[in-house]
Amino acid sequence: MDITSWDWNTPVKRVVQADACDGEAVWLEEPQVSPDGERLARVAFLDGEYGLCVNGALGEGTYSRIWYPRFSPDGRITALANDMEWTMLVDGEAWDTYGAIWNTQFSRDGAHIAAAIQQDGEYGMVVDNVPWETLYPNANHFTLSPDGSHSAAAVQVEPLGQAEVAKFQEGIFGVAVDGTTWSDRYVNVFSMAFSADGSRLAAEVRLNLYEYSIAENGKTWPATFSCVWTPAISPADGRAVAPVRIAGKWTLAAGGKPIWKSSFAQCWHQFFSADGKRLGAIVSPAFGRWTLALDDKAWRTTFGDYVEEACFSPDGARAVCLGKENGKFAVVVDDVAWPGRYDMAWAPVFSPDGAHVAAKVERGGKYTVAVDGREFGSGFTAACAPVFSPCSTKVLITVIEDGWLVRRVVPVADFKA
Amino acid sequence: MSEVEAPAAAEDTRTWVEKVKAKQQEDIAAGKYDYTTIEDANLDRAEKNLTEEHIQKVVKKWLATEGGARLKTYVQTCVHCGLCSEACHHYMSNSKDPKYSPVGKVKRTIWKILERDGRLTPAEVHEMSVIASTECNLCRRCLQYCPFGIDIGYLMSSVRRMCHLLGMTPLYIQDTAHSHAATMNQMWVKDDEWIDSLQWQEDEARDEFADIRIPVDKEGAEVYYSVIGPEPKFRTQLIYQAAAIFHNSGVDFTFPANPGWDNSDMCMFTGDFEMMGRIKKYHYESAMKLKAKKIVMGECGHAFRSVYDVGNRWVGWKMPPIPMIHSIQYFSELITEGKLKCREKYPEKVSFHDPCNTVRGRGLHEYGRHVTRVFCQELIEMTPNREYNICCNAGGGVINCGPPFKTKRVMSNEWKAEQLARVADQGVTTIVAPCHNCHGGLDDIIHTYHLPLKLKFLGDIIYEYMDKPEAE
Repeated sequence: MDITSWDWNTPVKRVVQADACDGEAVWLEEPQVSPDGERLARVAFLDGEYGLCVNGALGEGTYSRIWYPRFSPDGRITALANDMEWTMLVDGEAWDTYGAIWNTQFSRDGAHIAAAIQQDGEYGMVVDNVPWETLYPNANHFTLSPDGSHSAAAVQVEPLGQAEVAKFQEGIFGVAVDGTTWSDRYVNVFSMAFSADGSRLAAEVRLNLYEYSIAENGKTWPATFSCVWTPAISPADGRAVAPVRIAGKWTLAAGGKPIWKSSFAQCWHQFFSADGKRLGAIVSPAFGRWTLALDDKAWRTTFGDYVEEACFSPDGARAVCLGKENGKFAVVVDDVAWPGRYDMAWAPVFSPDGAHVAAKVERGGKYTVAVDGREFGSGFTAACAPVFSPCSTKVLITVIEDGWLVRRVVPVADFKA
Repeated sequence: MSEVEAPAAAEDTRTWVEKVKAKQQEDIAAGKYDYTTIEDANLDRAEKNLTEEHIQKVVKKWLATEGGARLKTYVQTCVHCGLCSEACHHYMSNSKDPKYSPVGKVKRTIWKILERDGRLTPAEVHEMSVIASTECNLCRRCLQYCPFGIDIGYLMSSVRRMCHLLGMTPLYIQDTAHSHAATMNQMWVKDDEWIDSLQWQEDEARDEFADIRIPVDKEGAEVYYSVIGPEPKFRTQLIYQAAAIFHNSGVDFTFPANPGWDNSDMCMFTGDFEMMGRIKKYHYESAMKLKAKKIVMGECGHAFRSVYDVGNRWVGWKMPPIPMIHSIQYFSELITEGKLKCREKYPEKVSFHDPCNTVRGRGLHEYGRHVTRVFCQELIEMTPNREYNICCNAGGGVINCGPPFKTKRVMSNEWKAEQLARVADQGVTTIVAPCHNCHGGLDDIIHTYHLPLKLKFLGDIIYEYMDKPEAE
């Protein structure tokens, strides 16, 4: 996603009327805005047929159903469409057809597009219109590597009859990478994570009804735990780090051994800084309280409902998350909550220089973007996730305003307290 | 030769209560109350594979790590007064055999485990699994009568946990637990089948409401609607009805596209708490991902217990991280807000069955009555009712133990049959039960005793009798 080529100079641009459509639409739904804010896609229901409308123009061809329109990070519009069989539409071009296709995923740069497929009752993935050669009786936890080079899923390698509990417990699940399974079989396979370059994959595995572990590139950790959660792979050394439960408490482990001294009532959604030198996780330091822990040390600001959407600044020096208390959201930067409270908040982002934080927020049904705790305007009908300019001095805010898709480039200094 | 007209059968003038009692006597005489020959493939398999050494090791570890203050307090507080006995439908339906009393079941399990310091034979563990999984619904009716507030449901749940750790879980509910683990839903519904069910119901509903949507994966909706696994599998009309009610009431709602949509949780009932926590994590995180303001769940009782009380807390959420509202309450709120209106009242006499998990567990009984009174001509209360209502004997995972235990399950709720017969004798034709498991249990009772009763969800009646200005 090359944001340097986006228009960062036009302060306000009315892009298109939000309900524009050059066909007779009964309704227009599932609005999606392109990452650069220049296009609005909607599914149009045309009296029994479905079309995809982008900036008011209906694409060629109608289908008996279209749903799940999504822009890839590189700006292509995708949607899932059915005409007896299902296909993926990419900028209007249809892929091969399947019995079902869903769960659209993109590589980080948007160059690769993947989805889950079912064909003749068997399951797998398709990447850039190339399906796995081997499909399975069932599959889930579909995952595309950040660079799009590999895809993986938890697969059931043998069919299972009703109430065949003994066979199930012998282990009939595997991890399939690009359609080929690792040699080991497991009682269950759950979510998994690739390294950035796709060369390493780690998955949560269940070895019997009581023992869980992490399998890295086909090799299971020597230690087992009563429970584990989704692993993450360190950008620094390629090892998997996962939350593990030991004696009723949670901590982070690598290679089967705890790497944090602290343990918590809960610990999950761990994340690395870009260089892999820093490690954070969402933790519950005491039952019913939630916060972030960075490098084995919990923040003091805690929340009763939950904490989510945590990340480091690009240089790893700062961190941010959302916290929710009594139904109201706060944005917390470096252990300090912004003064505002919101009815909903979306994933906060750092500016490229790490100096600022922006987040989409909603209060009373009105949406806007806040930067460093200061909100822009009095709220809009809808808003998209904010994007900082490459120089960190401006923010792209795309909103629905007075019935129009409006693209605003707002200097950080214009956000008022 | 002229045909002689057969004499007309004498009219059966007995009340329905009398018929139920008579049938119980027939069933006793026919040996249906003898449960000694029930075979369960998984229990039998587990019994063969266990050794006493392994059992003691596992049980001692379980007691040391999970047999905390609550278990000890309950065990040490019970004075064996027996006031819980006549609260239990198993005891009351089985000729008041003391072994089916709540305290009797504790004596046959927890006390034995503690007295023997975990030295149990495989056959004893087998028996304990049968007691905990099929002779207690964890309905907590006995808790209402215990002078010390001892939660015997908790104690039986603990026994199930111990049995799970020994692999001693009835076959069919274990299969359901496996389904949860493999698919995150209890009916082995695959990801594409779920989506297809939603889209199919939207297409069906469009014949009635031209512009209806069943939004899937809509971000920022006011309501994330979650259901239980059987709905897409074989009760898709409930999805249709819910969508129609929401559409008609102007509710901004969505279903998720991916796993997490099933709020049910049989792992809570098998004692597989790690999997229970995982299921709840998926459920809540799928709603968080969609930035939904609240979760409204369909008419299921046990799922409510798992999302509102047990499962969320295992994960570490003291309360649901997102407001979690049962349909009973949500329908009532829609009526109060004027969004849901009755076109004409359901004309037959109805009685309201209070599900244990939404009433004893959360006190939603008046919401259910509010909805029933608004939409039905006449509500006749069954007795007892509200938090003292008699259990359906399906919940708590008992019905999920499957065909091997069906006769035992139905026979062990003759008491409930009598309660239903009493309202049938008052002219009630319809039982409103806002819980799937209750439907299963009550349906079996109605068929076994040939009671002249229909079963409805609140949503069934609302859908049929609500004002539908847009319907075609």
